[in-house]
Amino acid sequence: MNEDVGYLLGLADDALIASHRLSEWSSQAHDLEEDIALSNIALDLLGQARMLLTLAGEREGAGRDEDALAYLRDEREFRNVQLVELPRGDFAVTVVRMLFFSAYQAELYLRLEAESGERPDLAAIAAKSLKEVAYHLDHATRWTVRLGDGTAESHRRAQRAVDELWPYTHELFETEGDLRGAWLARVERVLAEATLTRPADDADRFRPTGGRSGVHTEHMGYLLAEMQHLHRSHPGAVW
Amino acid sequence: MTDSNPLWEVFVRPRRGLSHGHVGSLHAPDAEMALRNARDLYTRREEGVSIWVVPATEITASSPQEKDAFFDPAADKIYRHPTFYEMPEGAEHI
Repeated sequence: MNEDVGYLLGLADDALIASHRLSEWSSQAHDLEEDIALSNIALDLLGQARMLLTLAGEREGAGRDEDALAYLRDEREFRNVQLVELPRGDFAVTVVRMLFFSAYQAELYLRLEAESGERPDLAAIAAKSLKEVAYHLDHATRWTVRLGDGTAESHRRAQRAVDELWPYTHELFETEGDLRGAWLARVERVLAEATLTRPADDADRFRPTGGRSGVHTEHMGYLLAEMQHLHRSHPGAVW
Repeated sequence: MTDSNPLWEVFVRPRRGLSHGHVGSLHAPDAEMALRNARDLYTRREEGVSIWVVPATEITASSPQEKDAFFDPAADKIYRHPTFYEMPEGAEHI
């Protein structure tokens, strides 16, 4: 596969799978207000995924549109990082993952926007998405602080989410290593305000990887089965 | 809902030049969260350019029992309405 197409699919699949996990909260969140907030964010990410998938399909030149790429690829063809495919967990996991992921997206899109000379169409998508991502980051930041600096139980769950998800954040920077410094600055500031401990980066600790080359966790197949079954059962269905 | 998640009344200004109007209410633990929840609940289809949130407990409302005393005396004082003037020609809104 063309390297550029692979890169675009990585960006698109991150947004698509993150969106799907957030959409699982629809009608399940702790109150109506947060339910709609999470669904709004999921829809923002879905919009980003659609633009990126369409662009990837055009670059590939094989006649695949956004639907074909989203619904007709199999697990090994998805390029998203494993962080976004992990189960939605409790609300703390969802919030902390949104913090980690949107801080990454914010840095990435800022850089892509600045590179408009090299990739003008991708820069345009990044510029449009930045406002959305800024809001996602704000939402995640406020909830992380609220949970971390909240009750003993909310602190415990938030710290558990940070500890569980931290190993998966390394994969974000395998190809974007230059972004990690700025990402850390954003994330560490929030964790400190939330009275949460930032896990150490010992090299011998668990560092899952493989998403960008199509290797996924055991959770990915179930996610795709749910996400893709309608389109596969009724190809070309519209509503 | 408990006191840790009180009720807020939401006012949205639909466009520049118009006043904020009441659009509904929501629950939030503090003013900042209320503002953000209002953004998500009431302006997701481009309904506004500005939002106010007000603690519902801070609003003093006239009660239905006082309705007659409050409003009926105005009913027969038609001279309070500016209807006894000739409309100048060309003036659409006065």
